Amino acid sequence: MSMIQVSNLKKSFGELEVIKDISTAVEPSEVVCVIGPSGSGKSTFLRCLNRLEEISGGHVYIDGADITDPKNNINVIRQKVGMVFQHFNLFPHMTVLENLTLAPVKLGKLKQEAAEKKALGLLDKVGLGAKAKAYPGELSGGQKQRVAIARALAMDPKVMLFDEPTSALDPEMVGDVLGVMKDLAKEGMTMIVVTHEMGFAAEVADRVLFIDGGYIVEENVPNELFGNPQHVRTKAFLSKVL
Amino acid sequence: MDTIIESLPMLWEGLKMTLYIFAIAIVLGFLIGLIMALLRLAPVKVLNWIAKIFVDAIRGTPFIVQLFFIYFGLNSFSWVSLDNVWAGIVTVAINAGAYFAEIIRAGIQSIDKGQTEAARSLGLNQSQNMRYIILPQAFRRMLPTITNQAIISLKDTSLLSIIGVADLTQRGRVIVSATFEPFTIYLALGVMYFIIIYLLSLLSSYLERRFVLR
Repeated sequence: MSMIQVSNLKKSFGELEVIKDISTAVEPSEVVCVIGPSGSGKSTFLRCLNRLEEISGGHVYIDGADITDPKNNINVIRQKVGMVFQHFNLFPHMTVLENLTLAPVKLGKLKQEAAEKKALGLLDKVGLGAKAKAYPGELSGGQKQRVAIARALAMDPKVMLFDEPTSALDPEMVGDVLGVMKDLAKEGMTMIVVTHEMGFAAEVADRVLFIDGGYIVEENVPNELFGNPQHVRTKAFLSKVL
Repeated sequence: MDTIIESLPMLWEGLKMTLYIFAIAIVLGFLIGLIMALLRLAPVKVLNWIAKIFVDAIRGTPFIVQLFFIYFGLNSFSWVSLDNVWAGIVTVAINAGAYFAEIIRAGIQSIDKGQTEAARSLGLNQSQNMRYIILPQAFRRMLPTITNQAIISLKDTSLLSIIGVADLTQRGRVIVSATFEPFTIYLALGVMYFIIIYLLSLLSSYLERRFVLR
């Protein structure tokens, strides 16, 4: 069974149809990068996958559960889907450690002590073990994003969604964050990454989706998509960014 | 000077009454404000309207009219019996509640949407998001405005002397009518109010420093 199954997804904001018709599936341990021009609907597509955006039509199944079905508790499904945002969205009134332990403890997944132990382990993994007691405001952008990744991992998600995770970073910070994401991919995490980092997509992705105008225009393994794009819009886009 | 020293025990009683009324009214007022702010932001139109009408009605009418309405107006019904102290507490609470509602609503709305998105994406439901993420940040931001309203409400309590509540102001008036020394007595009254309000603002700036957003 696919980890994520999307069938005929549609999303409109009022009159504006952003996602027109998208169907795809993501298998366990697969890393899918989503590329496309700005305004193409790629972030909206990602945000539909955990219903941060209400879906206008079609279905999204996470690990077999239809997230549009009102019988399924979206809060429980979201615990399986970690999300990392462009602007980090760390909780500024809490320490780094508290950022990581809040959800597992309040949602009854772990006791405080176990949650802290796990959090410290995750912080070590993203290279920030020494920052547990710091507040988000005391961290650099790259450090914040690595904390945000650790915070999402603290819930033991089955899938990780990344919404342009390096777009708000200074160039010298990008490498650290991509490094953490590469490690995650190697460990077999199922990942969907909306990104402008073509190098990362080429190196890490199992499959690349090119989204434009609310459709998946082309999808393929990175070598093929970057080396031998079929569609005229893919060619035009790649010629501008590569 | 002798007059002041002789009247100190009475003023002290009045001060205690003022603080008693203020303490209860401000807590009730804050709860009213919090509830009204949440109703105002709830995804149900009817609730938004209830909160909006409440806030507009209170903000659009004078405090004295509200006080008279509650003390004389409501007490004209046989099933209502509010003594003047409780009528005063209720009026101050409702009045402060309307202003708190607007302060809290603005505070909640000032928190970046990304905070809610991050909280919800982790699986927290909307009330957990409010409780752990939005309100703690919003309250820090609101603290100066909340203090400001608390100070206004404290000063409003002196109007309760009109319905005979034995607060600091009323005690002062009684002493003046017995001693004919309005200058000294009202000066002393002013100093006492000033000291309480000054302490209140000290407390607020202490809390602000303590909970500064890092």
